[in-house]
Amino acid sequence: MEKPLIEVKHLKKFFDTPKGTLHAVDDVTFSIGKGKTMGVVGESGCGKSTLGRTIIHLYESTDGQIFFNGEDVTHVGKRKLHELREQMQIIFQDPFASLNPRMTVEETIREPLELSGKYKKNDLMDETQRIMDMVGIDERLRHSYPHELDGGRRQRVGIGRALALNPAFVVCDEPVSALDVSIQAQVLNLLQDLQAQSGVTYMFVTHDLSVVKHISDNICVMYLGQLVETTTSKELFAHPLHPYTKALLSAIPSIDIHNRKKRIILQGEIVSPVEPKPGCRFAARCPYATEKCQEPQQLREVAPGHFVSCCRVEAINS
Amino acid sequence: MAKTATAGAVSKEKVRKKKEGQFSLVMKRLSKNKVAMAGLVIILLLFLVAILSPWIMPYAYDEMNMAERFASPSLKHLCGTDEMGRDIFSRLLYGARASLSLGFLATIISTILGMIIGSIVGYFGGIVDTVVMRLVDILQAIPGILLAIAISACLGNGFTNTVIALSIGGIPMTVRLLRGSIMGVRKMEYLEAAQTINCSSVRIIIKHILPNSISPIIVSVTMGIGNTILMAASLSYIGLGVQPPTPEWGAMLSAARTYMRDYPHMVLFPGIAIALVVLSLNMLGDGLRDALDPKLKQ
Repeated sequence: MEKPLIEVKHLKKFFDTPKGTLHAVDDVTFSIGKGKTMGVVGESGCGKSTLGRTIIHLYESTDGQIFFNGEDVTHVGKRKLHELREQMQIIFQDPFASLNPRMTVEETIREPLELSGKYKKNDLMDETQRIMDMVGIDERLRHSYPHELDGGRRQRVGIGRALALNPAFVVCDEPVSALDVSIQAQVLNLLQDLQAQSGVTYMFVTHDLSVVKHISDNICVMYLGQLVETTTSKELFAHPLHPYTKALLSAIPSIDIHNRKKRIILQGEIVSPVEPKPGCRFAARCPYATEKCQEPQQLREVAPGHFVSCCRVEAINS
Repeated sequence: MAKTATAGAVSKEKVRKKKEGQFSLVMKRLSKNKVAMAGLVIILLLFLVAILSPWIMPYAYDEMNMAERFASPSLKHLCGTDEMGRDIFSRLLYGARASLSLGFLATIISTILGMIIGSIVGYFGGIVDTVVMRLVDILQAIPGILLAIAISACLGNGFTNTVIALSIGGIPMTVRLLRGSIMGVRKMEYLEAAQTINCSSVRIIIKHILPNSISPIIVSVTMGIGNTILMAASLSYIGLGVQPPTPEWGAMLSAARTYMRDYPHMVLFPGIAIALVVLSLNMLGDGLRDALDPKLKQ
């Protein structure tokens, strides 16, 4: 098997809040192969975005390890971090908030090139133009400000900025959830085209299951900071094993009126991620929960390449 | 064929034309605002007057003529004379030097210092924020005029010391204003984006934070200049600040208060001069704020 580009082992990110420690990402382990797309799904506030930001060092991790190209990059010095950031980029959810309103399209795209110091002044202009062409922004918009552009174009600018230095790994933090459906498809296609061209690896964070099915090779399902299930996209949609994944997938609207799936409605409230109890965090809402679920859960390989973190997975699915 | 070629050339021309500096763009937008331009013109005229005053004033500013004390405005003395028979018009012209330079210098110095402190505090937050803001609270708890009096009493009279005294009092206001404004943009994703493309903290503050949080400062500067001129006047009134016989608008106003009832022209003209500066600065400030905001472009 090929060596993974990104490997995350027992990664934890806690935030100190006035109410106690918030476990935003709690013991997450997975890896992403080169040129692949890893989808990360889960409901709002489950730590998807925090996970992405911790991997690209926007947040300092609390515990655990991050490997990039086989190298441990969990704690790096300033110089190494600069090198690393040219390789790891992020595309943000809200194209209104992620672009500086006082900078033109050209300035925004040119900035990473300028800061990398790899280009001479004369080449900057051409390189900026090349990137604008690559992400499909018309030349006449060169000196436009973000507020003059529509959501799709802004997101293209954001993509251009992220991909300007030809990074190996890009975290897409819900890049299409703020866009119209018609524009969503355009942006998704653009992302896929760019992946085909440059072989970039994506970590695609989203709560939109149809999007994730369309774009990902592998999928991680998260619930309250914990990884509950991970496998290939096909396998996950065909054979979801974790009770939470099942409930999540049953919520996808179906257009097949003859073969309607039964929607699993979860009872109860999400438990607080502040100072959580050990054990499965889904247990409070899980219809299959038993005593054993109060103990810490292990991520186990149930079928080849299919990892589930549930002690009752065999009992439930037999 | 030829037509498309021309069209192409035109659009290229347009692209190039748009690539002007920020400054000329702002000036272009500002020039469309008539009120702001009027303000700018008045300010520039006043500066010109201040510079040229030794050559254009009809009398020397300290030339006394006891025979013509308290003369009403006439062709001989356009704005009349004061209690020592000095020509008020000449004194106003020459006084523009002290008043304008005091007002502008003190405000600009306090704004620059306030901006440096404010952006550090606003950007880094945490313990730095808590400590510095408490110090600012203490400074702000002292009435501005008392602080200025205390400082200039310590440092002594003179132009430089007056500038220092007046600028320190203005710092807390700027710090507070900028900090609040920065708090508003600090959580924006474009700052995270700047971080991921290896922007240094200084660059983030200068290129990404300040341009998006500076507009309240620009307005406060323009209003602050008028305020500072008045404050300088109060200082001269109690014998601190700029010393007579050097004319200064505020000092002239203060000195004339005693005679206000019998000779209103003595307060009227310095008052008008100060009002003119404050008004035109406000007009300019409003226009500048709009011109600096790309979102309001047409």
